[in-house]
Amino acid sequence: MATPAPRREAAGAHGSPFLAVQFEDMGAQLATGKLGIWLFLASEVLFFSGLFLAYAVYRAHHPELFRYASLFLDWRLGAANTAVLISSSLSAAWSVRSAQLGDRRGLSLSLAVTLALAAAFMVVKAFEYGHKLHNGVGWGTSCHPSPELIASLPAAARALAIPEHLGTFFSVYYLMTGLHGIHVVVGMGLYAWLLVRARRGDFGPGYYGPVDGVALYWHLVDMIWIFLFPLFYLI
Amino acid sequence: MLLGTAAALLSLTALTVAAARVNLGAASVAVALAIAAVKASLVALFFMHLKYEHRFHVVVLAGAVLFAVLFGTFVLFDTAQYQPDLRARQAAERARGR
Repeated sequence: MATPAPRREAAGAHGSPFLAVQFEDMGAQLATGKLGIWLFLASEVLFFSGLFLAYAVYRAHHPELFRYASLFLDWRLGAANTAVLISSSLSAAWSVRSAQLGDRRGLSLSLAVTLALAAAFMVVKAFEYGHKLHNGVGWGTSCHPSPELIASLPAAARALAIPEHLGTFFSVYYLMTGLHGIHVVVGMGLYAWLLVRARRGDFGPGYYGPVDGVALYWHLVDMIWIFLFPLFYLI
Repeated sequence: MLLGTAAALLSLTALTVAAARVNLGAASVAVALAIAAVKASLVALFFMHLKYEHRFHVVVLAGAVLFAVLFGTFVLFDTAQYQPDLRARQAAERARGR
């Protein structure tokens, strides 16, 4: 549960060392930083919308290609990664709560858990990419699935001819999951940075803006995956 | 509250997997997107505290989503418009043995 920002707590004669010169007090700094993060998230939504639209256009005109190609993806790995990201969002939200409550142990622990879950997500993703590339499933014109891979598909799919533009699906797949993966890697860097600062004792009820901002970014990355998972793996 | 949100998100993930394994035909895309939208709303409202936040932050996020939807709608109209020409051209090229 969010508690309202502590106002004017660290301001005054003994000001916080983290108060930037242009702000009156910590409350103003927190509110401004938060608005900045939300504007950044809005730009991220629009950034990803171009790729979601590429998916929508190709799918609208070639639905059979998408149904066939999604059989190349293992929904169990996708579902596992969804659970991993949701759990990491929980620990990210928990880190904000711990910082607001001044619980330093809980803060370091939840930041470390978030970082570890993000790494687990990337490990699963690396196995998925590796398996596909090993079996000739590249993007665009370099998509020639190996006979062994075709043999491992469900019987209904094996009976069909390989569609002409299979590579188009995988172009969209690699671009969308790849851009999302880059966001996860950036998030891992941010969580490592927060963990170092938290262990130094920088954060507490009077100053938790960076923990909050990174968590907001992390939740958006989770949200994008919430859409990518059914679009690629399930339907 | 946070634990409850996470539990709801995990249950909805199980639901969307189950829904995809039942053959729903054309409705499957709509069902999957509806479940994803509910999950995204839960993340925004509780994990991102939008429910308790300054209203302007809701306007910022909703504005971005609105413009993304407008963008998508017009592009889909546009591509649907020239799709028949595109197919005719492809068929002609194939007939010429390209």
